[in-house]
Amino acid sequence: MRKRKGVLRLTISYIILIIIAICALYPALWVVLSSLRPGASLYSEHLWPDRFTLSHYKELFHNKQFQYGTWYLNTLKIATLTMIFSTILMTLSMYALSRFRFKGRQTTLTVMLVLGMFPSFMSLIAIYIFLLQLNLLDTHAAIILVYSAGSVLGGFLVKGFYDTVPRSLDEAARIDGANHMQIFVRIMLPLSRPVLTYIALTSFAGAWVDFIFARLVLRTKEKWTLAVGMWDMVNSFQNSNFTLFAAGAVLIAIPITILFIFLQNFLVQGLTSGASKG
Amino acid sequence: MKRHRATAAVLSVLSMGLGQLYNRQFGKGILFLCIQIASLIYLIPRAGHGLWGLITLGDQAQQRVKVGKITKVIQGDHSIYLLIDGIIIVLLILIVAGIYLANIYDAHRIGKVRDTGDKPNNIYQTYQFVTDRYFPHLLLSVPAIGVLFLTIMPILFTIMLAFTNYSSPGHIPPAKLVDWVGFQTFADLIKLKSWSGTFLGILKWTVIWAVVATFTTYFGGLLVALLIEQSGIRFKKMWRTVFILPYAIPQLISLLVMRNLFNGQFGPINQYLKAFGLGTLPWLTDPFWAKVTVIVVNMWVGIPVSMVLILGVLTSIPKDMYEAAEVDGATAFQKFRIITLPFILFSTAPILITQFAGNFNNFNVIFLLTGGAPVNGDYQYAGHTDLLVTWLYSLTLNFSQFNMASAIGIIIFIIVATFSIINYRRSRSFKEEDMIQ
Repeated sequence: MRKRKGVLRLTISYIILIIIAICALYPALWVVLSSLRPGASLYSEHLWPDRFTLSHYKELFHNKQFQYGTWYLNTLKIATLTMIFSTILMTLSMYALSRFRFKGRQTTLTVMLVLGMFPSFMSLIAIYIFLLQLNLLDTHAAIILVYSAGSVLGGFLVKGFYDTVPRSLDEAARIDGANHMQIFVRIMLPLSRPVLTYIALTSFAGAWVDFIFARLVLRTKEKWTLAVGMWDMVNSFQNSNFTLFAAGAVLIAIPITILFIFLQNFLVQGLTSGASKG
Repeated sequence: MKRHRATAAVLSVLSMGLGQLYNRQFGKGILFLCIQIASLIYLIPRAGHGLWGLITLGDQAQQRVKVGKITKVIQGDHSIYLLIDGIIIVLLILIVAGIYLANIYDAHRIGKVRDTGDKPNNIYQTYQFVTDRYFPHLLLSVPAIGVLFLTIMPILFTIMLAFTNYSSPGHIPPAKLVDWVGFQTFADLIKLKSWSGTFLGILKWTVIWAVVATFTTYFGGLLVALLIEQSGIRFKKMWRTVFILPYAIPQLISLLVMRNLFNGQFGPINQYLKAFGLGTLPWLTDPFWAKVTVIVVNMWVGIPVSMVLILGVLTSIPKDMYEAAEVDGATAFQKFRIITLPFILFSTAPILITQFAGNFNNFNVIFLLTGGAPVNGDYQYAGHTDLLVTWLYSLTLNFSQFNMASAIGIIIFIIVATFSIINYRRSRSFKEEDMIQ
């Protein structure tokens, strides 16, 4: 009796899991298949296309209206540099805030928290004018600067991590004559690899898909990132050429999705520690 | 015996670096002197005009004057540039004042060292001292400058906008000037029927949305996590990977794809409904169904995160608690109700508040999926699914109602801050971090 109940429970569970899995996978599968379908319309008879074609992907790179190749390189450059700078800035500043006791430390933490509570769009206009006056509009340097400087405020996760590293480690190294920088590079950095991977990944992904600041700052088509180009495509083409949109979407999503899936253990660690540490 | 410290401090008051030079710390003294010269060269021609601009926001708008047959444009004051320049000048003055005070303090301190008969540090020793004693300050200085000019300055600027009349059509520079109006914008938001109706309507939907979105994703995540962690379920890792996929796809892409999936005319969802002989639904075009759609889609986006978090908690529940319960003859449901559920709720309560605040400002889901549509005729510049934050966005970028957008931003801040303060006061990493070590 008991055993049959268990089988029933498992069967129902598997059925529910499969239904949820279909819901989770369907949109992704649909857009990939749409991008391989001939024609341009959103409407299709079947999910599975009768014939596969790569023409939409080719069009993205050959049509003069899009400069997908350029945008890809731009995005790669911006996202990589943003990742490097924001990881460095975040790690160094959060290390300082976690490890040292100095005057104004609590105030700094409070200010960071308070700043993080303002909706980020509130700064759009001011940043635009500021960059205009510095003659930095329409440059990649500006957008990297904005992303990296903004990332610091989200660093509580890193601080939470350093808070958990026992203090006796650095004290021992201090006694052995190491200076602060050596302690940081030799002891703390290797220890914090998981959390660094997490913030590197999220800042890379953030820069990869941002279309709001990027659209504001990057004015000419050759300077655009993928997300901006995508947004433009949606506004001008979506209904008339859905399959082309699908192809563009797949190309943008693939690198991030693959990174996330392969590094999911780091993501899980990052999410969980971020949650319990605030 | 107190001669050195007093002399050095007075000299440093007179000019930055003089006290250091008197203390025979030439490198440091010259550095301070250079900072002083540079800041004076930069600030003296600009400070007066900057402060004047900040206070008056300009007094001469752009003018068109007819000279013979051609109209000539005479450039006037651009109130918004004046405002931003004014803020930057004030910030720079504060920074220089800070350095100035540090310079006096330093001269006094070194003077004191000399008074006791010790030798002041040479430049190499100073470097050693600074990298040791002020190491955290050094690390924080670069990010601090970035945050000051790219976050604090913009936020100050936007807060100030709420107290001006910077809005279309009457007050857009350079053609027109902008003026300080005090709390007029807030008064309009409360008193003018059109604004207050929109604001209250959107606020109500924002709160409903935040509550429903938080609970659906939380309990959805709980359900999925419990299903996976059941004893007897195989391929746990595979299930987790499958369910994490919606989180791995960038929201920009997944939400734009969803917008097509739910397309009323050609979207596959309605096609399936038709194929099963059911009527089609106006997923994104009807006010009620649009709200349902955003909540359903948000579940798709948000459940993976809750699932990951709850899976983490589930594995940390001590096994002996279950063993003890089994000895006492507890059923599976009792074990769940008495051990699992309280444990999960207790350790994820702070996340619930964070997620609530996140959903309150969930820009992506609304903006990318519906863009606030369908339009509500009774609202000022907003639609049925608009949240406060998407309304703020369109007021700023599409309708140029900058002062109203800033006022709403401040209100959002107050609401979110209230929730966060409750949360962070309990948070360990903010308060009691020394306990662990």
